[in-house]
Amino acid sequence: MLNMKRDTPPPAAGRASTKRELPEHFKDYRHVWVFIELERGQIHPVSFELLGEGRKLADKLGVELAGVVLGPAGEATLYAVAEAFAYGADLAYLVEAPLLEDYRNEPFTKAMTDLVTTYKPEILLLGATTLGRDLAGSVATTLLTGLTADCTELDVDAEGSLAATRPTFGGSLLCTIYTLNCRPQMATVRPRVMAMPQRVNKPIGRVIQHDVPMVEEEIVTKALGFLSDGQSSNANLAYADVVVAGGLGLGAAENLKLVKNLARAIGAEYGCSRPLVQKGWMPADRQIGQTGKTIRPKLYIAAGISGAIQHRVGVGGADLIVAINTDRNAPIFDFAHLGVVTDAIRFLPSLTEVFTHRLSPHSRDKLAN
Amino acid sequence: MHIVICIKQVPDSAQIRVHPVTNTIMRQGVPTIINPYDLFALEEALRLRDAHGGEVTVLTMGPPMAEDALRKALTYGADRAVLLTDRHFAGSDTLATSFALSQAIAKIGETFGSPDIVFTGKQTIDGDTAQVGPGIAKRLDLLQLTYVAKIVSIDLNKREITVERRSEGGTQTLMSKLPCLITMLEGTNEIRRGSLDDALRAARSRIVKWNAADAGIEDLTKCGLRGSPTVVKRVFAPATRAEKAEQIDTTEKTPRDLADELIAGIFSRQPALEDELAFDGDA
Ligand SMILES: Cc1cc2nc3c(=O)[nH]c(=O)nc-3n(C[C@H](O)[C@H](O)[C@H](O)COP(=O)(O)OP(=O)(O)OC[C@H]3O[C@@H](n4cnc5c(N)ncnc54)[C@H](O)[C@@H]3O)c2cc1C
Ligand SMILES: Nc1ncnc2c1ncn2[C@@H]1O[C@H](COP(=O)(O)O)[C@@H](O)[C@H]1O
Repeated sequence: MLNMKRDTPPPAAGRASTKRELPEHFKDYRHVWVFIELERGQIHPVSFELLGEGRKLADKLGVELAGVVLGPAGEATLYAVAEAFAYGADLAYLVEAPLLEDYRNEPFTKAMTDLVTTYKPEILLLGATTLGRDLAGSVATTLLTGLTADCTELDVDAEGSLAATRPTFGGSLLCTIYTLNCRPQMATVRPRVMAMPQRVNKPIGRVIQHDVPMVEEEIVTKALGFLSDGQSSNANLAYADVVVAGGLGLGAAENLKLVKNLARAIGAEYGCSRPLVQKGWMPADRQIGQTGKTIRPKLYIAAGISGAIQHRVGVGGADLIVAINTDRNAPIFDFAHLGVVTDAIRFLPSLTEVFTHRLSPHSRDKLAN
Repeated sequence: MHIVICIKQVPDSAQIRVHPVTNTIMRQGVPTIINPYDLFALEEALRLRDAHGGEVTVLTMGPPMAEDALRKALTYGADRAVLLTDRHFAGSDTLATSFALSQAIAKIGETFGSPDIVFTGKQTIDGDTAQVGPGIAKRLDLLQLTYVAKIVSIDLNKREITVERRSEGGTQTLMSKLPCLITMLEGTNEIRRGSLDDALRAARSRIVKWNAADAGIEDLTKCGLRGSPTVVKRVFAPATRAEKAEQIDTTEKTPRDLADELIAGIFSRQPALEDELAFDGDA
């Protein structure tokens, strides 16, 4: 029944009957688009990750990759256009309007749907950020097309359809979803799920500037203010090169300082598993996993974390995972690269100390001599 | 003020088991709960009603047993519950789900009074798309306020609402108009303990049960599998890494020895890291 929305495959019979032919009027929908998320002059890095992914899809399909930039006329918006090319776009679509200064659903939905119906992309990718998710749902519903949220893998099959894979059931299973008879095929991807592509210096190419008639008076919702988080953990954790995290195995809130101390010693960000947030030991923006941040560090050290699937999906992109756990059968050892079966509360201080010693300029000079 | 809040009954996902051979969810005996994210929206709806007067209608679309979730919502103090249930809704994706729910909300409006605010949770823990709320807003042409952390003020005369919403890099303050759709951020409040009166009332209450026709849905091709542009082609278990973690032998070692060995192991696998850490760390 309805409860099964995307949880389980539809029955085989139902599936067969959904094999639909793409209507004629959708056949001229071509090319891959990536929404370049620009908020208050800042480009969200997920846009570049998507350009990297979009490049692969476009190459497989033999089509062009476009970046879509919506913003007020000005330097930041132009910079976003330039960056789209630097990260792989062949062309850019640009809508400039003063009322695209602060993100609001109405004008952004209008601008995006207008672009889509005018220039007809076959695939449209957006970041699964608060902005991207707010926009994607409205755009997909306006266009009455399919949207696969929070994908972890994108591919095109032999027939050129987008195969969008996402976790379902809190990550217990993965499912691959197709949008059969509608265009564009839309998908969102969370920050850090895809690798950051190489930036290449490259001049701005073809820019298609599109006018969308909109006046501020017709936009109901007004932006009254914005309070920036500043350089808080929020962005840093997801994009940190080294992350140290603690779980319930640390036993008490005060033991979290062991994690923070290690993080400080090696210039890492710190995070945690979900129960620590639920207990109020750590703020929600430090949570790593399915319902928290996805991270992609070069080194991830997990102390007292069992490695539940919901945690695992948030750290799968780490280059090197080190687990410290008293239970040698903990599931985290199934996906960590290096393990130490020991009491983290006793071990972390020593680890911090030895790291500090090894990394100090003094000891390094000695090593060099 | 009339507030409609959409809740979904979901399996208590922490206890989900996947059949090792068929890769299907083993539902038998899995307890169900109200989607935890929806409780923040429900509590906010109840607070607004308590402050401004009016009624809260809870709505769910699901199998007949989703009635349990509605009854639970009534024990928290909701005034009315509507269950939208029909075999034609089976296999709905977000587009079809938001279609059915928006039709039901329109019908609720005709029957019990037009809603001033429609609430949904931020996302579900099973579907987990965060798209049904925006879908409903678009279909009903409601102003859309997502990731709302705080309702700053409501002016029922001017039909104005001011909220703080979470954005990637900060908090945005938006002023908009009623009627609107709000998706509530988690952790913004805590669901109340229902009163004894509410519990008694909930047990006695009749739940409004609508099928597609009752909700005024004529075009069944917009429902369920047929109304869903997306199809699930394949369901599979995440790949496990072939090899397990290499364990550092701990026998008869001091924590310091262990740390030495672990750090050596880290740097032998990621040689470039040592220089980067030395540069970053304030060691
Ligand atoms: C819908 C849903 C979404 C979720 N999203 C997330 C998410 O985003 N992120 C997330 O992390 N979880 C998430 N969870 C929760 C997840 O299922 C697990 O419950 C959670 O990750 C477990 O946290 P933990 O490993 O810290 O605790 P536990 O599972 O209790 O593990 C504690 C571990 O510490 C070890 N240990 C005990 N003492 C010590 C010691 N002295 N030294 C070293 N090790 C010790 C134990 O052996 C054990 O392995 C989600 C769950 C659901 C249902
Ligand atoms: N079947 C349903 N019945 C009622 N509300 C729903 C249903 N599915 C989703 N919702 C609402 O939409 C929100 C977002 O759901 P989702 O898009 O599945 O993450 C949920 O928090 C609910 O408030």
